[in-house]
Amino acid sequence: MSTISTPAAPGTFRYQLASFWSDFSASRGALVGLIFIVFILLVALFAPWVAPHDPAMQDRSALLVPPVWHAEGSWSYLLGTDAVGRDILSRLIYGARYSLSISAMVVVISMGVGIFLGLLAGYFRGWVETVITRVMDVVLAFPSLLLALGLVAILSPGLTSAMIAIALVQLPYFVRLTRAAVIGEKNREYVIASRLSGAGHLRLMFNTLLPNCMAPLIVQATLSFSTAILDIAALGFLGMGVQPPTPEWGAMLANAREFMGSAYWAVTFPGLIILLTVLMINLMGDGLRDALDPKMKRS
Amino acid sequence: MFKFFLVKLAQLVPTFIGVTIVAFAFIRLLPGDPILLMAGERGISAERYAQLESQMGFDRSLVVQYLDFLKGLLHGDLGNSLVTHAPVMDEFMSRFPATLELSLFALAFAVIIGLPAGVLAAVKRGKTLDHTIMGVSLTGYSMPIFWWGLLLIMLFSSTLGWTPVSGRISYMYFIEPVTGFMTIDSLIAGDWGAFLSSLHYLILPSIVLGTIPLAVIARQTRSSMLEVLGEDYVRTARAKGLSNFRVIMVHTLRNALISVVTVIGLQVGLLLAGAILTETIFSWPGIGKWMIDAISRRDYPSVQGGLVLIAFIVMIVNLLVDLAYGVINPRIRH
Repeated sequence: MSTISTPAAPGTFRYQLASFWSDFSASRGALVGLIFIVFILLVALFAPWVAPHDPAMQDRSALLVPPVWHAEGSWSYLLGTDAVGRDILSRLIYGARYSLSISAMVVVISMGVGIFLGLLAGYFRGWVETVITRVMDVVLAFPSLLLALGLVAILSPGLTSAMIAIALVQLPYFVRLTRAAVIGEKNREYVIASRLSGAGHLRLMFNTLLPNCMAPLIVQATLSFSTAILDIAALGFLGMGVQPPTPEWGAMLANAREFMGSAYWAVTFPGLIILLTVLMINLMGDGLRDALDPKMKRS
Repeated sequence: MFKFFLVKLAQLVPTFIGVTIVAFAFIRLLPGDPILLMAGERGISAERYAQLESQMGFDRSLVVQYLDFLKGLLHGDLGNSLVTHAPVMDEFMSRFPATLELSLFALAFAVIIGLPAGVLAAVKRGKTLDHTIMGVSLTGYSMPIFWWGLLLIMLFSSTLGWTPVSGRISYMYFIEPVTGFMTIDSLIAGDWGAFLSSLHYLILPSIVLGTIPLAVIARQTRSSMLEVLGEDYVRTARAKGLSNFRVIMVHTLRNALISVVTVIGLQVGLLLAGAILTETIFSWPGIGKWMIDAISRRDYPSVQGGLVLIAFIVMIVNLLVDLAYGVINPRIRH
């Protein structure tokens, strides 16, 4: 990082960034996580160039070919093929596009709406707060996957409904965090100063308060990103998410299930990539929390 | 304490009402008309439609319909399943013990392994053992459990042949349901073989369902142990010359357990969500599998009833956790 080469003055944004980066990169796990996520993002982005095959192409002469390290394996299909002769590696690469983009949308939607509702609740208090927190309590009363399933049943199975359902399930966490942070910051001097100098409600909420409440929200965003990947895959596995033949990781697992006894690779690799991605995001999240949480910070 | 209980209970009422509104809205938000849905593909005549509409009360105002729904709910009447025509309540109650039994075993597995692992990691902070335990539990926390289940089946059932793949008990046994818990019922029947068989069938599903709670418990135990280890009274205990074991077990763990117990209680929602996946993989005849079947068969009254009942269970357990927390930690009551 070139930003750390010249020491910045304390208190400036550049100083904060440099101090954040030195805390974040102090954790080896967080760095490994970050590198992996960047890698998989690039692979997803350049899928058409990276993937050795078309993910939908069915090679009828190569059904359930084992991975390359088996005697019957072929260099053409590094991780083997599925029951209709599609290349598993290519499907995983294209699948990354779905898992990552849907999960990113989930985080954007639930974080955006959650921050807005949380700001309203924490800033105005009173009945606004009561209504918002009670509605969020109702959402939290349902086990997340069950509520998502119910919503998908209403909206009919598919990509968009899975996205909306999971975003709604994630919403309460953002609302609660924002609300708590706003209540904590609201009576600090800088907010009062800003109000006395004539800042309106919107300016106070979004310009003054929000930037100072972001740390826990960023940590929650990584958590909710990894949860979203798991939930999307779970919905796909239950046949309620992305519909086949789209190469989504969970749906690939569901399709491979019946060949569990004969073709372990068709089951193993989609799950492994889900686990790795989620694990790496969580590693990064732990590093973020350590770097952003002032309580954990070494003084 | 009683006042604390009343406050908590009163806070629950709006959520309670909210849950019933969500469940009431569920059927009405579905694409298509519920009567046409129930009629299925055969269709329905206009007269029969009008008759059913007034019979089911769909021609009345939404408020009246909602109040009627609430009244039914209070009497334990959740309507009938579209598939079996049996009352949803009975269907639910006949399957709930299976889920409860599985969840309790999973929770026991998670606590028995997660708690000592967390304590060990805290005591060996920064050492290889700590890093290993935390690495494993972060992996467990990140686990797609539906895949984890399939992997364990491939390894232990298909390859090694150690554990059964699906169901609650070997087909060689028939146990009269009394409590609905296969392990207890087989003991009541005095059938030792059936008891062992039911335990055998519980092993893999419990491990799969217990994995994420295990990771959460281990992480929480470690962090609250570390927090308490930094307290003055722990230093005092050490200064008194107490053995390390006594300081850890009596002075630290007991206090660290306060937050761990809360976290264990909060796993119930997670367990019920996980049960949906676990039961699907292992064909476990509980409410998770029942809900999935109901959704795929478009048996909407069952889905609606299941949603309400599960939400109620989660809320009541959370209330109990809150109360337990108030009992263990008097500081929270005010």
